[in-house]
Amino acid sequence: MAQETAKNNNSAPVTGTSRVKRGMAEMLKGGVIMDVVNAEQAKIAEDAGAVAVMALERVPADIRAQGGVARMSDPDMIEEIQRTVSIPVMAKARIGHFVEAQILQAIGVDYIDESEVLTPADYTHHIDKWNFTIPFVCGATNLGEALRRINEGAAMIRSKGEAGTGDVSNATTHMRSISDEIRRLTSMREDELYVAAKELQAPYELVREVAQTGKLPVVLFTAGGIATPADAAMMMQLGADGVFVGSGIFKSGDPAKRASAIVKAVTFFDDAKVVAEQSRGLGEAMVGINVADIPVPHRLAERGW
Amino acid sequence: MKVGVLALQGDVREHIRALGDCGVVAQAVRRDSEIRAVDALVIPGGESTTIAKLARSFGVFEIIAERIASGMPVYGSCAGMILLSNHVLDAIEGQETFGGLDATVRRNAFGRQVDSFEVDLDFIGITGVPVKAVFIRAPWVESVGSNVQVLASVDNHPVAIRQNHILATSFHPELTADNRVHRYFIEVVCKESMKVGVV
Repeated sequence: MAQETAKNNNSAPVTGTSRVKRGMAEMLKGGVIMDVVNAEQAKIAEDAGAVAVMALERVPADIRAQGGVARMSDPDMIEEIQRTVSIPVMAKARIGHFVEAQILQAIGVDYIDESEVLTPADYTHHIDKWNFTIPFVCGATNLGEALRRINEGAAMIRSKGEAGTGDVSNATTHMRSISDEIRRLTSMREDELYVAAKELQAPYELVREVAQTGKLPVVLFTAGGIATPADAAMMMQLGADGVFVGSGIFKSGDPAKRASAIVKAVTFFDDAKVVAEQSRGLGEAMVGINVADIPVPHRLAERGW
Repeated sequence: MKVGVLALQGDVREHIRALGDCGVVAQAVRRDSEIRAVDALVIPGGESTTIAKLARSFGVFEIIAERIASGMPVYGSCAGMILLSNHVLDAIEGQETFGGLDATVRRNAFGRQVDSFEVDLDFIGITGVPVKAVFIRAPWVESVGSNVQVLASVDNHPVAIRQNHILATSFHPELTADNRVHRYFIEVVCKESMKVGVV
């Protein structure tokens, strides 16, 4: 082996490119991102094998129970979590609240979730996410919504589900809806894609890309109502690249054990023996609310347009 | 030659695609029997702490470390580089690595996601235009032993290193259409390792 010295004629580095933003989400695949409200929970999540944590002041179940306006978390609280763990730290901004997003970028969070779990700040426009160096993840209930978010610069999509319920049914509906619509596009003739784009209310270029590749141009995670290893494995079998678990872990009897079990169930989502093993002796799951019992105006998945 | 991509967590699909572009049909491997069956292994980008914990919980940590120690060609990108290094700085308490590389790496050395970047990189052993290198919360190499060759650097920090049958990069060639790093692994690292009969 010749011992040449590495040269240093590299080009100038460029930050905030689409590849860097979308690539960050690629690294999270096959992993679990956990909602945490303090440094202690963040440590439990990291020790359990989470690929990232979502720092927020109240988990969705508490936001739902306590009501009122839910906003971006205190930067002090987010920074304490950043100091505590070495894995990526995400945080939520309100839909359309571009100044909350500017603040989160200024304190160096790794990903911003423009989230329907918080109270929207703009009922017409989402944040113009191309203006940021930090990547964004956004929720979607169907393919059209996902492509509109990607068109605005989202570098990762999560199906919305119904946060804070422990009821996985809406997550299932949204995952199925997104993959059904993708499959439908792949079977269309080229000249049918124009109308498909109109019906999806999404840009034609993105619709054509999905029709050609058979997948979203960004990573797709699932969120909203996942409470057990079986829920997580089911979402993976439905085609999710990974899962967000919000209230499901720290509203349960034994968070450390449940967190670790969900991580393992996601890795071996297609191996029922492993998922069975991980489902044993987890103690109390979060109590949960049936989505059907929540009046439509109070469903978080309805937020975002 | 059977090439596996360690599929506990991370961007497994992208490595399989990049290897496919080089004419290698790679398989995702997670179980003991699958890992024993491959001739060469790629450790993908992802979260190094998660991959190490999963390898430990599913009982494949030792077999991976043993196979690397006994000469199986292996390539790791980003988290993979961390997992192949003997020493890690800014690690979490008790963080384990498979090891093999006589090197010390620093996790997230280039900073948080806001500092993630791409750059055209000169890479020893790869001719033609520079390699398009994507760095995501990337580690860099802090120091290496005398038997480790530095193949590429950014601001004097090594970001691609090789020690005989082990190749590691801080960046993610699997995220670009440029498959020359994977080709280098298959056509140079694997071939030379097999020639000296360590496999």
